[in-house]
Amino acid sequence: MYLIPCPHCGPRAQAEFTYERTTDSVVDPAGPVGTAMGTLFTRANPMGMDDEIWRHTYGCRAWLVLTRDRLTHAIAAVRTIGPEALP
Amino acid sequence: MRGPYRAADGGETVSFSFDGVPLKARPGDTLAAALLANGIGLVGRSFKYHRPRGIMAAGVEEPNALVTVGEGGRAEPNTRATDLFVYDGLVATSQNHWLSLSHDAGAVIGLASRALPAGFYYKTFFGPAKRWLRYEVPIRRAAGLGKAPAERDPDGFAQRAGFCDVLVVGAGPAGLKAALDAAEGGARVMLVEQDAVLGASLIRDPEAGRDPAWIEAAAARIRALGGRILTRTTASGYWDHNFVTLAERLVEPGAIPPHGIAQRLWHVRAGKVILATGALERPIPFSDNDRPGVMLSQAVRTYVRRFGVVPGRRVVIATNNDDAYRTADALAEAGADVVAILDARPAGSGPASPYPTHFDARPAGVSGTRHHLKRVTALVGGREQGWEADLLAVSGGFVPVVHLHMQAGGKLDWNEAAQAFVPGPIAQACVTVGGAADPPPAPPVTPAGAPKKSFVDFQNDVTLADVDLAWQEGYRSVEHLKRYTTLGMATDQGKTSNIVALSRLAEKQGVAVPDAGVTTFRPPYTPVTMGVLAGTAAKSAGAHVRRLPLHDAHARHKPVWQPTGHWFRPRAYPLEGETTTAAAMREAKAVRQHVGLTDVSTLAKFEVSGPDAAALLELVCATAVATLKTGRGRYTFMLREDGMVFDDGTVWRIADDRYLLTSSTGGADRMATHLSYVRNTLRPEMRVSVVNVQEHHAAVALAGPRAKAIVETLTGGEPPRHMSAARATLAGVPVLVLAASYSGERAFEIYAEATAALPVWSALAAAVAAAGGGPYGLDAMDLLRIEKGHVLVGGEVDGRTTPDDMGLRTMLNKAGGYIGAAGLQRPALSETGRLQLVGLEALDGAILEGAMLIAAEGETPHGHVTAAGRRVADEGSIALALLRDGRARHGETLIASSPMRGASTRVRVAAPHFYDAAGERYRG
Ligand SMILES: [Zn+2]
Repeated sequence: MYLIPCPHCGPRAQAEFTYERTTDSVVDPAGPVGTAMGTLFTRANPMGMDDEIWRHTYGCRAWLVLTRDRLTHAIAAVRTIGPEALP
Repeated sequence: MRGPYRAADGGETVSFSFDGVPLKARPGDTLAAALLANGIGLVGRSFKYHRPRGIMAAGVEEPNALVTVGEGGRAEPNTRATDLFVYDGLVATSQNHWLSLSHDAGAVIGLASRALPAGFYYKTFFGPAKRWLRYEVPIRRAAGLGKAPAERDPDGFAQRAGFCDVLVVGAGPAGLKAALDAAEGGARVMLVEQDAVLGASLIRDPEAGRDPAWIEAAAARIRALGGRILTRTTASGYWDHNFVTLAERLVEPGAIPPHGIAQRLWHVRAGKVILATGALERPIPFSDNDRPGVMLSQAVRTYVRRFGVVPGRRVVIATNNDDAYRTADALAEAGADVVAILDARPAGSGPASPYPTHFDARPAGVSGTRHHLKRVTALVGGREQGWEADLLAVSGGFVPVVHLHMQAGGKLDWNEAAQAFVPGPIAQACVTVGGAADPPPAPPVTPAGAPKKSFVDFQNDVTLADVDLAWQEGYRSVEHLKRYTTLGMATDQGKTSNIVALSRLAEKQGVAVPDAGVTTFRPPYTPVTMGVLAGTAAKSAGAHVRRLPLHDAHARHKPVWQPTGHWFRPRAYPLEGETTTAAAMREAKAVRQHVGLTDVSTLAKFEVSGPDAAALLELVCATAVATLKTGRGRYTFMLREDGMVFDDGTVWRIADDRYLLTSSTGGADRMATHLSYVRNTLRPEMRVSVVNVQEHHAAVALAGPRAKAIVETLTGGEPPRHMSAARATLAGVPVLVLAASYSGERAFEIYAEATAALPVWSALAAAVAAAGGGPYGLDAMDLLRIEKGHVLVGGEVDGRTTPDDMGLRTMLNKAGGYIGAAGLQRPALSETGRLQLVGLEALDGAILEGAMLIAAEGETPHGHVTAAGRRVADEGSIALALLRDGRARHGETLIASSPMRGASTRVRVAAPHFYDAAGERYRG
């Protein structure tokens, strides 16, 4: 079980979080059809760092981007996304 | 008969029973020690061949001596007799025999073991199905480890979090020293030991380390410095980010816990982990090496020194290393006769020995009774020699316990001198110390004797011949070998067997052992009970119960409850002596003829508000939302990104910049997450607020020809017309009245604050009763919606259906821009051959839900029945179905076949609207 450093709540157990998807699999609803299906069905599966979208479901409920090593599970960076993260 | 194998001191005070025979033990004995002390050699039968098996080891690695301990719900099968401390009243029974332990009918299989070679399961189950039918009964009777208890476990289980700077696993000399050093260095220390005592190896080998008194002094010092020491606690899993789960036994298996809690699972997050897990001894393969009386050398020494039990009087020792000579010393000190040491190494190896010692000597076979060993033969310099002996202690070298290291993502290095894998590089903050890091040298031993009966995995009855056969049949990778032979599976996970089998595989491949590969060790290290994983949730099987705001009002009618998700909803409200089916039909008829009311509080509900509310909903809903006028509502559905229907519901514009979105009960949590995802990650710039109000509002649906009059009377005003919303006051409670119909009749959904809903329900229920109706449950709702052709998420909407498949294409937002619009344009979704929603009318009999639609018996199905019911009007059998190109096939006759239930019905394909297709009734 990972120890995820939530920017709002501090380090918390993975059990509090929900994995959503990788950032490169976010489909732009306004984008062209071909791109959308490529994003959905043909994606990279890197053996190393990747950016993933998680939600602190049983904590502050913020949406987060984790930069996580898929091989060692080391978490290099965490940032929030969503309205509160806007400048 | 043999006498007890223990030096008499009259100190036996604990009573226990094995297979119903009352026996005595000493406090501190393991069950294995107590059985050996009582001269019991035969303890169980092996898994596959039912061969007689005794005790082989003295720890958790024991593959043979598995017993069921305890009775009733406390019965725990597959408990290792070597990892179970005897308590007063312990009840243990042997396993895997059919008739009795001594006289096992299944052992005949052992005689005919040719019938069950490696890969047996593969060959049998890939063969004709009829063959399985023939084998099933004897296989089911013979196979399986132990029996799961049928009763509920009466004990409680707990879970607890733990945090420390240093977690030390294993309290042998190395672990104790490491824990002491860390504690003295100011670290918060946890030291865990699976045994009941600390420093057990110092008791076994006092000359090898420190004075046993040092153990207590070290432990006391660690505790004084604030460290926590847990015994009977196994580090069962090592996960990411130095998270380790510990399974702590508060009482021995099968015992009654004095405070109700039998076991505790610790969730420990450690700064650093020190693995002092030691090494396991490996056996030596030779013919019949699984017979009672063949034991591991260190285990023998443990029984002698720690438990005062001498497992044999005349002993042969077979080894390839120096350690076994210490076993000879221990046995000799205890008065046993060491008749021979067989050292596989060349002459001049090993320490000076006062015993008859033979070099270049390997055991080749043993013989004896089911219960005891009588004779040992060996190849000494290529020549066969024999000895009368009742115990053969073997040592094939030592395998470091690298399980946790590997679970933590560590790599393994090969130690050629020890012929063993040792911990290699690891990314987590973890080190291995002591014997687990540095096993003693032990050269390979070439097996002597027939490979057919030379066991490598005792627990799974895998022999050298099985490894050879797997190789011969092309199962040559280590992973294939494991699956094909079942090597390294079950409770011991190959603790004693892996290296011997890998060596054989490497030999076949002509490569070094590390190049043959190694299987991955996965948690748990030793078996963990399901109860402790569930913790306090064990009693509820982990599920919570969500009660309707109007639960008590329903309960007064004594409904049949139906779990839907975590909710308990009324399925039907049967009258005295009425069946559920009859009640549902009566309730549905009341709705059609008069009026009924039902609780729909569990529907998902979201309030979407703000200047961009319409824009957000246009993205989420596949139907047009922005054109909706204030005070109006619309049926809607949502798509996944790939274009499949995700959920459906209604959307209501309750104010200019405020909408209420409802969707299905079962998809409520999923929809909440989806909306949150869309709002936060796709449209963070939008000025919109999405609030989940599912549990804020209770909702009651009122349906039937008299519904309108009731709303009119109770609210004192004109009810909203179909698909319109109005605020009103009902029974003194402010309510939102939505005119929407799921049943096909004139209907309203009345929303009230959950805590204030009871007067609303009561007033409506009274009015409904006066109008000749009553409450209706989920079954009646289903009858009504099937007849009306309304789809259900989880039924017709099964994650594979598009709006077009459902017949909803005309409702799609022409402007596009909604989630799933792109996915819908995939060519395959507009090709012919898709399953489309149709209705079915039975021509004879009754249609069964789940039935396959076929043109003739034995043919490939064209589709399946998603929901079946009786017509409310005349009780004829109808159904909804997904049928290939169904819309073009109205009028066709098919067979709805359900072979498993032995039923088939002729059906006519029809439009999925059986009732009031023009929609005159609900507009009323
Ligand atoms: Zn948080």
